[in-house]
Amino acid sequence: MELDAALLSRVQFALTVSFHILFPSVTIGMATFIAVWEGLWLKTRNPVYLQLAKFWIKPFAITFGMGVVSGIVLSYEFGTNFSEFSRITGPVLGPLMAYEVLTAFFLEAGFLGVMLFGWQRVSEKLHFFSTVVVALGTWLSAFWIIVANSWMQTPAGYEVVDGVYQVASWSEVIFNPSMPYRLVHMLLATMLAATFVVAGVCAWYLLKQRHQPMARKGLSMALWAALFLAPLQALVGDFHGLNVKEHQPIKVAAMEGIWPETEKGAPLLLFALPDMENETNHFEIPIPHLASLILAHEFNGELQGLKSVAPEDRPPVAVVFFSFRIMVGIGVLMIALAFYAYWLRRKGRMFTDRRLLRACVLLTPAGVIATVSGWYVVEVGRQPWLVNGLIRTVDVVSPLPAERVLFSLTLFAVTYSLLLGVYLYFMAKLIRKGAPDPSTLKDQVIGTHAPGYALAWVKQFEQLEKAH
Amino acid sequence: MELAFFYFLLLGFAILMYVVLDGFDLGLGILYPWFDQEDQRDQMMRSISHVWDGNETWLVFGGVILFGAFPAAYSAILSTLYVPIMIMLIALIFRGVAFEYRFKAHRSKRWWDRAFSIGSTVAAFCQGLMLGAVVQGVEAGAIDGSSLNWLSPFSILTAFSVMAGYALLACCYLHMKSRGAIRFRAAKLGRVLVVAVMAAMFVVSVWTLIAEPQIRERWFSGFNLLLLSPLPLMSLWVGQKLLRDLGRHRNEQQSFFLAAALFVLGLAGLVVGLFPYLVPRQLTIWQAQAPASSLEFMLPGVLIFVPLICAYTLWGYRIFSGKVEDFEEGY
Repeated sequence: MELDAALLSRVQFALTVSFHILFPSVTIGMATFIAVWEGLWLKTRNPVYLQLAKFWIKPFAITFGMGVVSGIVLSYEFGTNFSEFSRITGPVLGPLMAYEVLTAFFLEAGFLGVMLFGWQRVSEKLHFFSTVVVALGTWLSAFWIIVANSWMQTPAGYEVVDGVYQVASWSEVIFNPSMPYRLVHMLLATMLAATFVVAGVCAWYLLKQRHQPMARKGLSMALWAALFLAPLQALVGDFHGLNVKEHQPIKVAAMEGIWPETEKGAPLLLFALPDMENETNHFEIPIPHLASLILAHEFNGELQGLKSVAPEDRPPVAVVFFSFRIMVGIGVLMIALAFYAYWLRRKGRMFTDRRLLRACVLLTPAGVIATVSGWYVVEVGRQPWLVNGLIRTVDVVSPLPAERVLFSLTLFAVTYSLLLGVYLYFMAKLIRKGAPDPSTLKDQVIGTHAPGYALAWVKQFEQLEKAH
Repeated sequence: MELAFFYFLLLGFAILMYVVLDGFDLGLGILYPWFDQEDQRDQMMRSISHVWDGNETWLVFGGVILFGAFPAAYSAILSTLYVPIMIMLIALIFRGVAFEYRFKAHRSKRWWDRAFSIGSTVAAFCQGLMLGAVVQGVEAGAIDGSSLNWLSPFSILTAFSVMAGYALLACCYLHMKSRGAIRFRAAKLGRVLVVAVMAAMFVVSVWTLIAEPQIRERWFSGFNLLLLSPLPLMSLWVGQKLLRDLGRHRNEQQSFFLAAALFVLGLAGLVVGLFPYLVPRQLTIWQAQAPASSLEFMLPGVLIFVPLICAYTLWGYRIFSGKVEDFEEGY
């Protein structure tokens, strides 16, 4: 078989971006949690909050590190593998990325050092400030990257001059039609991802009868968060879906598996096997009229189907269709779990009900999986376009020799499989090791609060004294 | 001032910050084989574990400034240098994760040492290859299957020069951050490296003057040689001062800045030779620049945030200043 450099470049980008998104989808929410715990500790002086913050900072640090190293790859991959794309859209996307680096990456990196290593170097308040700034950095970073991505979904505020996309209005580029929905949906997703990681680990400690006070506090907070965030996410997702239907109807058709040019009273398919060649589905399990009801808010609402555009303008239906079902399915599970937990909480059995605790442990990675599935719906659903309706992906890949891309793809595949294993191994190790006990915490917190140069000076003084 | 020129300076600043800051932490990896005791390696890692992430951000910053301000150059250079960039990225991944895992590992500690050392060395080597390729002016866009245009005797020479330069920065950094045996060894290695770096700078300069008529003309036409003579003369002065200071173990902090000054002078020499080209003989900064709307949009961000970034980066270094063995705390 002839190797296709364009296809290989796309596979490589899909692999590297999927691997990357695993980590920020946890760290954005996790940084926020740690900032909240540290703030609560300063306010209440309840050591359980400090224990939570100091325990989670380790998984946070390795997750953040993985996000950093895998993220650098992406900022170069636009140029290496999609050179034509970066040449013609650079004037729009480049400055957005520049703002991401200026306002977010440096902020995170600059204050992360103090957040991780500065416990005894700076005052409590300054440390808390650093933690808050790191959390803020993660949010800002999400903002800019969502802006850039949303522009590729619903481009606005541009003009084409000599084949190059230039900006006519920056406010239209930034506040493009789908950006607000996508941003809120993504931020909620990251909060939920962190929520379920915290809930799962705390539930596991409760099952193993370890760190009871900390695990109870953590689980309780996480399940409150889930009770509030999971239904809210469903609501936001619905609004987002309506926005997609307006701007990218073919993506919605792929999500729902709708083939006819238009369909009134379209059913919601619980399951089906989409068949792109024969332009139909097999083994459908439909709920009549429900898709129309959800998407058009009308019993017999009309939806646009895949056949309304030429076959070469349709995305790979099966990937979009199943990713969407995985995301929604996990969302439903999360809502169910949150309400079940609330019911047990009212009965005073939340920390002892083994069924709930086991369910929480099972759902530990649920938020991350849902987030990644959601991104597949978004990105694969946009195909064959790279910038929706304007630039086709196949037209803008670098004219690289296929062997060269195969070489780098193999390197990435091997490296990333290895690193994912290593990451999970160390995460498990940290969780098994557990939280620092209160006496260690006390030693660590009551430090000198002296900046480095003063400490070094004292140390030198001590050495002088010893010498005499 | 013209915007394209402003962004050219900004790009130069980003590259300079990157090579000096990530230079010393990549350099520590290059020096690893000369420090084989575990506690020495612990100290080396601890001396940079709070800053490596910020240092590497300058690489991303350089990339996005190129992307945002000179998209044509970004797409041409990156796709041409595909292989060294990919190898560099993989190498940076391995040495980056080593920071997180090394201190948490027991049995696998040796492997993380290797990941850090080999990753840093390979990343530095690839950066040097790319530097050489760009200076030589590889034909951008000529990316057929057989062309290894980024690999030449010249680019291999620049690759080893960059490695020596990074290792020198690392020696000066260690000299500043350590006591006892590590400090002595760093100073001793540093003296050898000063000589190596000076020799490399000399050979690279002469080589480009012979091989590139345009650069030769720039240096030797009219009064240019007189105007430009401070560059090589100052390099010589900095080199001998560094050699002396490292030998006498004095001016610890100043040594690091002297080593950084060598990089400034080297970069200035390159810019003098290549300006106004981003890809020599093919793409000038004016041909590659993004439209005014993009350059103007980034301007307030750059003017507000770059000074702010420098300020809190400096603050971060100050909080952790002093000898590294005084740090026992982790997180």
